[in-house]
Amino acid sequence: MNSIQKNRLKDQLFKIWGIVCTLIGLVLLIIFIGDIFIDGISRIDWEFITDLPSRKAEKSGIYTALMGSIWILILTTIISFPIGVAAGVYLEEYSKKNRLSALLEINISNLAGVPSIIYGLLGLELFARIMNLGASVLTGSLTLSLLILPIIIVATREAIKSVPNSIRDASFALGASKWQTIWHQILPASGGGILTGVILALSRAVGETAPLIVIGALAYVPFAPSTPMDEFSVLPIQIFNWISRPQHGFIENAAAAIIILLLITFVMNGIAVYFRNRWQKKWK
Amino acid sequence: MRKIRELVIEKSLLGSALITIAVTVGIISVLAIEAVRFFKEVSLFDFFTDTQWTPLFTDKHYGILPLLSGTFLTSLIAISVALPIGLSISIYLSEYAPKSFRKTIKPLLELLAAIPTVVYGFFALIVVTPFLQQFIPNLSGFNSLSAGVVMGIMIIPFVSSISEDALHAVPRALREASYGMGATKLQTAFKVVVPAASSGIIVSIILAISRAIGETMIVAVAAGQQPRLTLDPTVPVETITAYIVQVSLGDVEHGSIEYRTIFAAGITLFVFTFLLNTLSYRIRKKYQEKYE
Repeated sequence: MNSIQKNRLKDQLFKIWGIVCTLIGLVLLIIFIGDIFIDGISRIDWEFITDLPSRKAEKSGIYTALMGSIWILILTTIISFPIGVAAGVYLEEYSKKNRLSALLEINISNLAGVPSIIYGLLGLELFARIMNLGASVLTGSLTLSLLILPIIIVATREAIKSVPNSIRDASFALGASKWQTIWHQILPASGGGILTGVILALSRAVGETAPLIVIGALAYVPFAPSTPMDEFSVLPIQIFNWISRPQHGFIENAAAAIIILLLITFVMNGIAVYFRNRWQKKWK
Repeated sequence: MRKIRELVIEKSLLGSALITIAVTVGIISVLAIEAVRFFKEVSLFDFFTDTQWTPLFTDKHYGILPLLSGTFLTSLIAISVALPIGLSISIYLSEYAPKSFRKTIKPLLELLAAIPTVVYGFFALIVVTPFLQQFIPNLSGFNSLSAGVVMGIMIIPFVSSISEDALHAVPRALREASYGMGATKLQTAFKVVVPAASSGIIVSIILAISRAIGETMIVAVAAGQQPRLTLDPTVPVETITAYIVQVSLGDVEHGSIEYRTIFAAGITLFVFTFLLNTLSYRIRKKYQEKYE
């Protein structure tokens, strides 16, 4: 075999290796989900959704955890959405190239890389202790809002960046002020992109476990929260609690709760992808 | 009137942007204040040299080394899984794969990163550990091997996505020149494209390491809760993050030394990830300038 043939062979071998690597992640993903389905699907029925947690595995349900997750989702949206979008708009439309904007940029990039458990420590000390909110739904939502703020800001900036300048110019030419241009032109034009980013960020918040454990969210709550000041649990914490129990039956519960959690995560990701595709078409 | 309104709006938008600075200041001060209180009772020398971490026992030792070695070990295993696979994927997708395949496969791979980490923890403990025990009989029920491997699978998309973007941004002309000289795709990829995209690839690796160090739920579920200074992947270990979870689950009184240990552990973790993130940001900025 001469060296040309050898090189061609190596080339082909790498191509096969590349395909194997690409598929290995997806195959494992399918095995993960398939395995969890086999373990948990028989456990899912209406009672599982509506029952309170219990000491007995077969009587336990996810009602309080599910309600906690929904509460967290709603409050986190209310807190993080306006702040994140406002900060993104400021950085993209108002901020001049100076030291403050450089600082804001490096700071946001750094915050995006801070481990989620560190946000938990911040929430524990700042919201739960100093502001005396305790281990409440509000503390949890504030903590998660800070956690996903960088994601929303970055997504907002990307979406605004892709709005053509001609739209701004046309609006200014008609005598609109800066804010009128942003409110009536830029934000509607970039809405799909912003929404995609916000939904992805929220889907991350729904799956977060560690920061909520640190602020003191409980594994066992007898009632669903009825005000933002109530104690709470969320689905990921319920799953974590069930995984750590040695007794028979709790693993099935954990698998069943994981199916529900994955369903929520995938539906949110699906909606985000749908918005992204629809919005991308608009500008082409 | 209109001018005032515009100004008020601009200032409130600025206020929202400044919240991000307040968050950083908040994180650093909260960690620093509690850590300073901690180091009033425990000397820095003991913290970095004592080889035992037993704040929850009666015989108390406050040496961070066992937690650091646990964090290091699980991250090392994760990176050795994610790096070769992630880089191969990125080179394959950017240099070999048809465009349509690339477009469908990328979002699917990114789904790996969207799965909540507690789900990966379940998988490591319930599926991967029993599977590995068939080949490694003395593998303990909690171990850093399966936690690390599963964490590696989780961070594959971090490596592959960012690296692929960097490879994709390499100008077409460089490849054409290499093909023109008679090089194969493989030779072009490794001798031309990868070196040209090296800064982006390095950024992806640093971000993946930073992600692995800060990952919590997989190690809390599957790696165990026994701090020990070892590089043996078959025995239970404890990472910094898993320790913080362990203390948070128990009933620890506010203001006690046990309470402060989680902030001392937290600031150690924060310093490492902060250095890595700053480094990756610097490299990224430099590399952006190069191509623009």
